Amino acid sequence: MVALSQERLVSSMRTPVRRSPPRTFDHVFRIASLGSALLVLIVLAGILGSMIYGGLPAFREFGFGFITSSVWDVQRDQYGAWVAVIGTLTTALVALVIGVPVSLGIAIFLTQLCPPWLKRPVATTIELLAAVPSIIYGMWGLFVFAPLFARFVQIPVSKLVEGIPIIGTILYASVPSGVGILTAGIILAVMIIPFVASITRDIFDQIPPVLRESAYGIGCTTWEVVRHVLLPQAGVSIIGAIMLGLGRALGETMAVTFVVGNANRLSASLFDPGSTIASRIANEFNEALGLQLNALMALGCILFLVTFIVLVAARLLIARVNAR
Amino acid sequence: MKLLSFAFAAGLTVASFSTAATAAEITGAGATFPFPIYAKWAEAYKKDTNNSLNYQSIGSSGGIRQIRAKTVDFGATDAPLKGEELEKDGFVQFPMVMGGVVAVYNVQGVPSGKLKLTGDILADIFNGKITKWNDARIAKTNEGVTLPEGTITPVYRSDGSGTTSVFTTYLSQVSEPWKSGPGAGASVQWPIGQGGKGNEGVAALVKQVPNAIGYVEYAYAKQNSIPFAQLQNKSGKFVAPEAKTFQAAAAGADWKSAPGYGISLTNQTGDEAWPITAPTFILVPKNPEKPEQVAEALKFFDWSFKNGDQMALELDYVPLPAQVKDAVRATWASDIKDKSGQLVFKK
Repeated sequence: MVALSQERLVSSMRTPVRRSPPRTFDHVFRIASLGSALLVLIVLAGILGSMIYGGLPAFREFGFGFITSSVWDVQRDQYGAWVAVIGTLTTALVALVIGVPVSLGIAIFLTQLCPPWLKRPVATTIELLAAVPSIIYGMWGLFVFAPLFARFVQIPVSKLVEGIPIIGTILYASVPSGVGILTAGIILAVMIIPFVASITRDIFDQIPPVLRESAYGIGCTTWEVVRHVLLPQAGVSIIGAIMLGLGRALGETMAVTFVVGNANRLSASLFDPGSTIASRIANEFNEALGLQLNALMALGCILFLVTFIVLVAARLLIARVNAR
Repeated sequence: MKLLSFAFAAGLTVASFSTAATAAEITGAGATFPFPIYAKWAEAYKKDTNNSLNYQSIGSSGGIRQIRAKTVDFGATDAPLKGEELEKDGFVQFPMVMGGVVAVYNVQGVPSGKLKLTGDILADIFNGKITKWNDARIAKTNEGVTLPEGTITPVYRSDGSGTTSVFTTYLSQVSEPWKSGPGAGASVQWPIGQGGKGNEGVAALVKQVPNAIGYVEYAYAKQNSIPFAQLQNKSGKFVAPEAKTFQAAAAGADWKSAPGYGISLTNQTGDEAWPITAPTFILVPKNPEKPEQVAEALKFFDWSFKNGDQMALELDYVPLPAQVKDAVRATWASDIKDKSGQLVFKK
């Protein structure tokens, strides 16, 4: 290949009548970009491969029971992922329930309602929020947010709902410490809002203004424009943005470890402590040996799988919406 | 034959290296608990000798992994290795400095040092058997102290740590149900309570949650003025955690009873002994591939034994008793040899 192109180069130098553009750069560029793309695949395959290899002893030892068992006893080398899986899904769900409406609100405000002079400061602030390291969120969550949350939310709410069926269980804090599944979900919501909000804002910005203007032209209110023009137009892309946020919420480690309460128990209340896959790994990886290390690797595999399933589900959803 | 001549050559190079007067850099990795004092010693040592120490506090099992992989000159661990493991890996193990673990609490109206607990009560609190501060058993050891009715919230370390290992070792020694239940180790299955990450996480939760009780390293509790409890020791006396009671625990112990000095100082006899005291250990290879590096490391440890006591006390660590230091020096001088059989450490 190289020889060929060199020959061509030489020949083109000899006959300077009609120079075809040199292809060498084209080739190099193509190979380089292909290499970059392949590199991602190789790294991903490498990580997945080594995780599976590392987790294999645990999967072999416990079989399918590894996922469904809720025991995590390092002293007796018994491991099960159930509590962590449920904790991961619950915290991520809480983050979405809180974070998505707020993000949509931010995006709609910025693109539809915001006076021009305020647009830039608000947008910049939101992007800055995305740049805050997660350990900062964790520390802030534990030292500042948790005490306030305990005092002004957990204690009053627990008093209010005590004795009511279902809600009295879900929102009752037996120990109002401020940390727990709900706190972790709220911190995660704050962390995903900047991502979801700025992508959604870009999506709204890309909708042809003529659609909006015609809607206003026939006398629609702002709400009607948002509800019947913007959201249907942006629909699928918003789901994409949400999935990106969900991906981050599922895998977030440091911030969650600080505020989730780190208990290996399933409890009915959102105020109670729990644990997530990522927090469990962060907590125990340093001092793990033998089967415990394998079990943590296996947890990593499961997190991989959960994230993968979520992304595939999002793709399918988008494909279905598109087909309609 | 080839191996022998190689060993001989290696010995020669070693001999020529150790005479070189360049500043050495010692590398070590492991336990996080002694990191502040190792760092302080290293700073003073560098001023004194121009040799420096690069210590990475990556956790005890990380330290064990690194020294097994021979990527560092020494490893450091809070939980001692057992005799057969030392034998298998060819390590020499010795204690370097001690510390204590204390029970910290947040009970309104009970200032630091006023709460008295027995090991048994402590274990039952963390096991979820005693749930209220005004429990009859707690009241019995705390006559004259008004304890509230509140529900006790135990707080534990969620990250695997030597502190948890020491604390649960103690609970296992004093409580049969604890031993057969959660057991002892760097992370155990806590039946109730909340987990905080690191000393700071536990301390934050204990401070925030009324009626909470947790455990942290003594130095951390003292420097952050978190109320801590008195504990009843094996001799039946209530003692407060302080340098004096930690040293009493070390003085009464039979250090030679376990290979590599790998004893636990928890639940020692002695009127003054603090029941949750623990040494932290160093691991070096018995027949090092780089004897000159190990020799440098031992020089640093020797220097720290000689000059480091005051620095340790300032940081609320507890120096080893003099006779233990001497025994450790004797171990270096007899057990660590290079490939040609030469002793690495010279007194």
